[in-house]
Amino acid sequence: MRVTSEQLERPLVRAPSRPLLGIPISELISKIAILLILSAGAAVVMLPLVWMISTSLKTMGQVAVFPPIWIPDPILWKNYPEALTFIPFARYTLNSVKVALLSGAGVLISCSLVAYGFARFRAPGLEILFLVLLSTIMLPPQVTLIPVYLLFDRLHWIDTLKPLIVPAFFGNAYDVFLLRQFFMTIPLEMDDAARIDGCGPLGIFWRIMLPLSKPAVATVAILHFMWAWNDFFNPLIYLHHRENWTLAVGLQGFRQLYSTKINLLMAASFVAVLPCILLFFFAQRLFIQGVVITGVKG
Amino acid sequence: MHLSLRMKMTPSRREALWAYGFISPWIVGFLIFTIGPMIVSFVLAFTRYNVISPAQWVGLSNYSKILSGDPLFWQSLKVTFVYAGLSLAPGLVLGLGLAILLNTDVPGISLWRTIYYLPSIISGVAVAILWGFVLNPRFGVVNWLLSLMGIKGPGWLSSTRWALPALAIMSLWGVGGGMILYLSALQSIPTPLYDAAKVDGANAWHRFWYVTLPMISPVIFYNLVMGTIGTFQYFTSVYVLTAGSGSPANATLFYNLYLYNNAFRYNQMGYASGLAWLLFLIVLFFTLLIFRSSAAWVYYEGQLKGRGR
Repeated sequence: MRVTSEQLERPLVRAPSRPLLGIPISELISKIAILLILSAGAAVVMLPLVWMISTSLKTMGQVAVFPPIWIPDPILWKNYPEALTFIPFARYTLNSVKVALLSGAGVLISCSLVAYGFARFRAPGLEILFLVLLSTIMLPPQVTLIPVYLLFDRLHWIDTLKPLIVPAFFGNAYDVFLLRQFFMTIPLEMDDAARIDGCGPLGIFWRIMLPLSKPAVATVAILHFMWAWNDFFNPLIYLHHRENWTLAVGLQGFRQLYSTKINLLMAASFVAVLPCILLFFFAQRLFIQGVVITGVKG
Repeated sequence: MHLSLRMKMTPSRREALWAYGFISPWIVGFLIFTIGPMIVSFVLAFTRYNVISPAQWVGLSNYSKILSGDPLFWQSLKVTFVYAGLSLAPGLVLGLGLAILLNTDVPGISLWRTIYYLPSIISGVAVAILWGFVLNPRFGVVNWLLSLMGIKGPGWLSSTRWALPALAIMSLWGVGGGMILYLSALQSIPTPLYDAAKVDGANAWHRFWYVTLPMISPVIFYNLVMGTIGTFQYFTSVYVLTAGSGSPANATLFYNLYLYNNAFRYNQMGYASGLAWLLFLIVLFFTLLIFRSSAAWVYYEGQLKGRGR
């Protein structure tokens, strides 16, 4: 890749290049080369997704064929209703939505309050605590996994959605960090002005910080939704009975039981990833901002 | 009494109270979900505990068994490190290369960025199921592509030799995540630096080597640290694709999978706690190693300013 970029950037035509359509020829050639590489790569990248959608519409006879058939004949739309009723898809989806939304609420409430505390106040020990918070990012979750599981076991929370929701109400390092970084960019004069108008710390939080941080709050909400939606490890550990499963665990169960129904599996999988794809297209900018600020989450 | 307390409270003291009030959800959570469990799991690692009967103190025997009498522990370490090597290095080169190409002003640039970024946002079980078929030796897309080039593809996930490379290829599909980070790093490099380099007669390769690479090295560094640590969390794909077995012949028995099996399949909570603490030490070691070695090659802007003075 490095070599290629060097070759692309170096003028390929030595003599004073004549402009074509207002662009020097050397630049034109390098652009065409970049476009060729990008389209070849994009085709490869899109291939699995195309295969997924195409397979989800195939008859069983056309599924496991070599070379792959790209355009199904006939196009079997009824795979979708069949896949979604083959497993209790609606029930799994409902569980996933519950977990994602309720834990999302927990993350937003707790992390914004904690981030505000770290961003705007001075107190002995606060800076050290912030470092402690950040260092928990490096702590492998396995170290706390078993006792936390045993704790939820004692509380009789196994096979309920609570272990997937309640911990979110106690803040997490990634989102506190992201929100604190954003709160720090809000000028202190705003706080002063609000204080003169009679706002206390809670008023400043509610009337200044949150309204001015909508993009950051939305970013946290979206990233968390995606994480919770895709999370497999925690639901696998805490949800044992079929009817409590989230979509991720339900899909895995589907695959284990009916691994040969490839077309139905692909239909169900596509529906399962669709919310993430849609969310991404609707909120692309927020998304990328968030990823860039925190690094890749999860 | 109440009144005198209030009067005695200085502004700075009141501020401290507010501060701790706001961060209290995290402090409570930290005690319940981090510190407490850390202490418990540290103690559990010295016991034999299957949840049903009470824990039995066994001293260091869990650790000694892990280190001297458990070939699967070493196998899972090997699998994890080999996979880290197979996925991180190509991921770095490919992600950075893509970012450089996507940092140009070719037509349709935002469409290209979207296409390359898209796979990295869909993850989890659905993607693992998909890739199980994409990597199918008989009718999979990967072997179809190889056959177009006249190569007969291997058995991938069913072959002890190719299972880990197969998972690494699957991870490269999500290379867009790293690409976005590199892209934003590239875009934060001030253009005057390149102009100055051009004036000094630097060609494209020199500009990449002496300007781009030093300027984005903190991001590379961050990605490597998080990537190494992330490999020890690797679970979902391999669990889905091997039904939790790490097949074939433990060739994909990742550390996290082995730990999960010990804890939740065999109910050996003490033994699994020991594995968790060894994992903690390993991750700590690598984090420190990368942090310490970073001084040699990571360039932070502040350093140069200091030298210039």
